[in-house]
Amino acid sequence: MDAFISSLNLIIPAAIFAATPLIFTALGGLLSERAGVVNIGLEGLMVMGAFSGIVFTLIFESFGLGAASPWLALVVAMLIGAVFSLFHAVASITLRADQIVSGVALNFLAVGLSVFLVREFFGKGQTDYIQFPIYRTNIPLLADIPVIGGWFFSRIYATSIIALVFVVIVWYVVFKTPFGLRLRSVGEHPTAADTMGIKVNRMKYIAVMLSGAFGGMGGAVYAITTSGNFGGGTIAGQGFMALAALVFGKWNPFGVLGAALFFGLAQSLSITAQQIPALANVPQVYLLIAPYVLTILALAGFVGKAEGPKALGKAYEKGSR
Amino acid sequence: MKRVKEALSNLIVPMISISFGFLAGAIIMLLSGNNPVTGYVALLQGVFGEIYYFGETLRMMTPLIFSGIAVAFAFRTGLLNIGVEGQLIVGWLASVAVGSMFDLPMILHLPLALLVGAVAGAVWGFIPGILKARLHVHEVIVTIMMNYVALHVSNYIIRTYMLASGQRSDYVSETASLSSEFLRGMTDFSRLHWGFFLAIAACFVMWFFLWKTTKGYELRSAGYNQHASSYAGMNVKTNIVMSMMISGAFAGLGGAMEGLGTYNYVQILQGFTNLGFDGIAVALLGGSTSIGIFLAAFLFGGLKIGSSNMQATAGVAPELVEIVIALIIFFVASSYFIRWYLNRRQSKKEGK
Repeated sequence: MDAFISSLNLIIPAAIFAATPLIFTALGGLLSERAGVVNIGLEGLMVMGAFSGIVFTLIFESFGLGAASPWLALVVAMLIGAVFSLFHAVASITLRADQIVSGVALNFLAVGLSVFLVREFFGKGQTDYIQFPIYRTNIPLLADIPVIGGWFFSRIYATSIIALVFVVIVWYVVFKTPFGLRLRSVGEHPTAADTMGIKVNRMKYIAVMLSGAFGGMGGAVYAITTSGNFGGGTIAGQGFMALAALVFGKWNPFGVLGAALFFGLAQSLSITAQQIPALANVPQVYLLIAPYVLTILALAGFVGKAEGPKALGKAYEKGSR
Repeated sequence: MKRVKEALSNLIVPMISISFGFLAGAIIMLLSGNNPVTGYVALLQGVFGEIYYFGETLRMMTPLIFSGIAVAFAFRTGLLNIGVEGQLIVGWLASVAVGSMFDLPMILHLPLALLVGAVAGAVWGFIPGILKARLHVHEVIVTIMMNYVALHVSNYIIRTYMLASGQRSDYVSETASLSSEFLRGMTDFSRLHWGFFLAIAACFVMWFFLWKTTKGYELRSAGYNQHASSYAGMNVKTNIVMSMMISGAFAGLGGAMEGLGTYNYVQILQGFTNLGFDGIAVALLGGSTSIGIFLAAFLFGGLKIGSSNMQATAGVAPELVEIVIALIIFFVASSYFIRWYLNRRQSKKEGK
């Protein structure tokens, strides 16, 4: 039993840690897709977030801001993510480009632009390492709870707590506020929303920019807590995994949380499984592909049917039926 | 006359998009303290300046043509195949497996390796196809997920069964290789291989199949209007599955080009090859036509090869090329706006 608990001590914090960037990014995807705009560009938004997170941490460090640097950089990364998402918004909402194609282009652009800038600034393919990453902390009082305190509240990143808070906030906003109702109506039935006086395209712009902010946050959190620097390979598929979490979580914030934690678990197990007797013989590949296979099964309806907003992927044309 | 006009207007959108893309690239070079003229001249020299560069450009085009055809083929039938990347990876793996593990005369070995590569891609395309046809699952998410499954599974297979030295498999035997001493010699020892001519043939096959056969007509009509095709007695479900499989087969062949032609081995991939994703750009810019795909593959292949000379002689980071490509896709995808503007000018001229 002790061995079991101590392996959980290892696995649970690792899963939460791996899930955190996915939660932020998938919440962003949720806001955008709830408003009817597919966001394949989450990966690119994470790339821009990771890039700005690292670059601005380095800049703030050079100003002598010390441990506050990564936190300020997170805010900047959110802003840059929101601005960068405008490419997707303008192309797919105003110019009625195919949302998927536009998202693909956004991913290309993010990698190209960020690595180009890194080469111009640093003269090499990746940035320097940051001096003040965000460290793990124990949460006072809660960390002292036996067993559970060890799993959830000790040696945890503050960013993980913030992610959990945002899950609740996004859930409240989307399902309990007039703004959320408008957002969802635009994604389900834009014509009806328009008739009721909701500015459809404005709502979509807001949603896409919010997804940019969250995606930027997700990328920056990953870069600041995990990689410590930025290069072309820093973000390699986390954005698409966030998209998977969004679908597997059935476009619901708590579903997304569960999916992200589960994917985080699979990810962390793929690294730590060697140390756990029961799992040491499972080929790593099964854990690596688990999130993707499960998402396909969920879409196919084998693990509870996942159905997106009705008007997802369609540009809204006033007066069309 | 009308057809000429139509062809011209089909050319105008990509032309404007390409110009905007390069213009934006020039502005970025200016802003980052580079000289755009020097940069673009170096880029051009990196494609046409030496026969070696030109050979490499044609070599780079080869898989891009296949992945472009794969995307375009699915697109013509109303499907968006984002999974070309994964289909290409499994095709690469399968063709090299056949190429390195068997001993056969060339006349059997090479076609077999190519065929198995195509079949592997087709199998990878079958899964999203059947899910779409039977369960109405949107193919985009499934194909994205399948890409990652392909990446991890093929890395696992290479690591477990095929590892020869370092991160790669054995070389494929000469009887299964597309490499050509003749083409290498002609291009100052670039990696140009026979696959380039297969790619040209593939362009022709796509055109012939889609526009000259009954099945091709059925597939295209499903792309225009599924309900009408269904009403006309065509089996839309079968056509969806078939289209995804053919698309996957082209993608798999693209992988075989890398496995049997460029590298002659398969390696553990750190991340995606991006050849499949670039196929989306190629198909989009090429307007999903054979000739368009060929030209777009030449443009993007040239940009990718030329970028290394641009870095070496003009000091511009090669990622500039990625930015230009991304912007070109944005502009083509947003062509609604360009078309709208052109139409408005047209109708003003006609006094309406």
